[in-house]
Amino acid sequence: MNTQVATTRTITYRQALNETLRAELERDEKVFLVGEEIGVFEGSYKITAGLLEDFGPDRVLDAPIAEEGFVGAALGAAMLGMRPVVEIMTINFSLIAIDQIVNHAAKMRSMFAGQVSIPLVIRMPGGGGQQLAATHSQNLEVWYAHIPGLKVVAPSTPADAKALLTAAIRDDDPVIFLENLSLYSAKGEVPDGEQIAEIGKAAVVKTGTDLTIVSYSRGTTTALEVARQLEAEGLSIEVVDLRSLRPLDRDTICASVKKTGHAVVFEDDWLSYGIGAEISATIGEGAFDFLDAPVRRVAAAEVPLPYAKSLEKAALPSAADLARVVREVLNLSSTPNDK
Amino acid sequence: MPDVIMPRLSDTMEEGELSRWMKQVGDEIHKGDVLAEIETDKATMDLEAFDNGILEQLLVVAGALVPIGAPVARIGDGSNIVEGGTTPAAPTAPVADAVAPAAPAAAAAAATPAVLAPASATPAAPVATGELRTSPLARKIGREHGIDLHTIAGTGPQGRITRTDVDTAIVAQAAAASAPAPIEAVAAATPVVSTDSISVPVSRIRAVTARRLTESQAVPHFFLTSVVNVERLVAFRAGANASLETIGSKVSLNDLFVRASAVALRAHPEVNASWGDGVIVRHQHVNVGVAVATDDGLLVPVVADADQKSLAAIATETRALAGLARTGGLSLAQMSGGTFTISNLGMFGIDSFTAVLNPPEAGILAIGAASDVPAVRDGVLVTVPMVKITLTVDHRVLDGAVAAAFLRDLTTLLEEPLRIVL
Repeated sequence: MNTQVATTRTITYRQALNETLRAELERDEKVFLVGEEIGVFEGSYKITAGLLEDFGPDRVLDAPIAEEGFVGAALGAAMLGMRPVVEIMTINFSLIAIDQIVNHAAKMRSMFAGQVSIPLVIRMPGGGGQQLAATHSQNLEVWYAHIPGLKVVAPSTPADAKALLTAAIRDDDPVIFLENLSLYSAKGEVPDGEQIAEIGKAAVVKTGTDLTIVSYSRGTTTALEVARQLEAEGLSIEVVDLRSLRPLDRDTICASVKKTGHAVVFEDDWLSYGIGAEISATIGEGAFDFLDAPVRRVAAAEVPLPYAKSLEKAALPSAADLARVVREVLNLSSTPNDK
Repeated sequence: MPDVIMPRLSDTMEEGELSRWMKQVGDEIHKGDVLAEIETDKATMDLEAFDNGILEQLLVVAGALVPIGAPVARIGDGSNIVEGGTTPAAPTAPVADAVAPAAPAAAAAAATPAVLAPASATPAAPVATGELRTSPLARKIGREHGIDLHTIAGTGPQGRITRTDVDTAIVAQAAAASAPAPIEAVAAATPVVSTDSISVPVSRIRAVTARRLTESQAVPHFFLTSVVNVERLVAFRAGANASLETIGSKVSLNDLFVRASAVALRAHPEVNASWGDGVIVRHQHVNVGVAVATDDGLLVPVVADADQKSLAAIATETRALAGLARTGGLSLAQMSGGTFTISNLGMFGIDSFTAVLNPPEAGILAIGAASDVPAVRDGVLVTVPMVKITLTVDHRVLDGAVAAAFLRDLTTLLEEPLRIVL
């Protein structure tokens, strides 16, 4: 039994987001929320539960189904000093608003010579595995991570969800806050009190000496699972959780690979031109002399994600895929059911 | 027909890196053809053929460090062409010596030449043909530990040599080296580099500097310091530069130190000398080396016959030599034959320091920065620029009183600069 004063609580990722939004609404009256069904319905994934009731319709705005419109409205409010937190129901719908995000939010500060800043947060979940079919299951984060002027963060734990959302809301630049459908109910220890992460810092969430797995968001959960499983086989795997896709913490990635000499990137997006391509290039440029084997990537099959459960499962990168590639990189014999 | 061997290209050379082959097996060779480029401890030189014939076999790969006298290629009538490289029947002395002791593969590695197929290769060591498949990390660790990857069998995918293979070879090397030679034992004692340290591969220049300075620590030496009033020297330099301006030349304080040292050395032949295995060698020429810091390490180009040259000539020559030193263009001749060295750290604001002897020279002069020191002149408090100069002396060659007399005269010359040029 724990006799110490509790300084952390075990809560879900969803609850961590909800509590953080509440805390920021209370702290700063310039913060407001806008999105589809976030008020009366309390959000499609219940992230905004109770907030309309407690903060009223001026702070928690139900928007029409018009992503370009409400993202644009939030952008305008941000230009005038408000701190809007937009919820787009999933990252797939952000494509409707991409002109506002890429051509306006990302560029205003530079094109107006720093006269305006855009303290805008756009929260949106990505990810497949829920049988929502090809158009509702995508991982499009690299589209935004490619754009200078945006910051893109992707927390993998409830604690990071809290600390990175707080940092995002207080940041003066537009931040894409990437959530994941399969993480909402994940539980984890979250420290009490104000927690502010530094955007742009990766975390070594497990140390090891034989191989580095680099991942983010849901992928980090799987990477940790695989690392622990392989630890039972005597392998020492380090896991780097990117936390921020832009800016990318190249130093932490390379420092880890310099230690282990082997790297595998585990990503939910498609292989070609994906996050893993950028990580591989980073390692090639920053740690070439320390590589004992080629960097490998484990990513989604290059097809629109199938709806059929069996096919969807086969198309998404799995723990078994990751474990197999880790063994291959370490030149260990494969298990019998591997191809 | 005789083998082509690694020639001795400089006084201090012990081994050369065969940096690039300029001819291939099967090429027709004429006397005087450039066969390869060789990087010595000081410069890159051409290896020329002494015989006509057909290049039949390359005995080392590009990048290999080869001891003086070891065969690197074979020229014949073309009847014994060997591609890739099987073992030469009986390698001549030096290589055989180098690979002689115990555990063959490991010892060959310890001796570092990347011989294509070591004479005494174990069955495990593959005969290297074509490209070597290795990981970057294996190459890096191999470099750091002097392991020739050609002597290792790769156990990775498609026979790739990986860290595990090199680590195994290092252990074998350490075991083999623990008995035979002290130098190898030192190499074996090199700790595995910790993950947060960075090992910087050293240039040939740095390697030679390290070796020679270590040697010089065995020399019994002492230091003498003198404080020089450079008021007149500074004024003299200004005057000299004013008159040289029309011809576009310029004299630095360092040039004045070179010239003054040369004049003092001419007057003190006992200082312009070297310890030579039971005798003291007095040099006929006064050749003053000037230490130049370069990106690759310390180089000491030599102003030959500095006592015979005018100040302007010394200035022009020193500037040209320093420029060549920084661009890697110094020839061996320009770095050879020094009889005394000057090292000046005044530009870094160093007040005074002691320099390490540059063997086999008997003396080196360390020059500090000028600093204003208060003095009373005609009842008035004035400041006078003073420079501390420190002489390091090889005690085998010189005793304190002799060296002190030299330093006293040098100090006087510097304080009465007209005498430097008269």
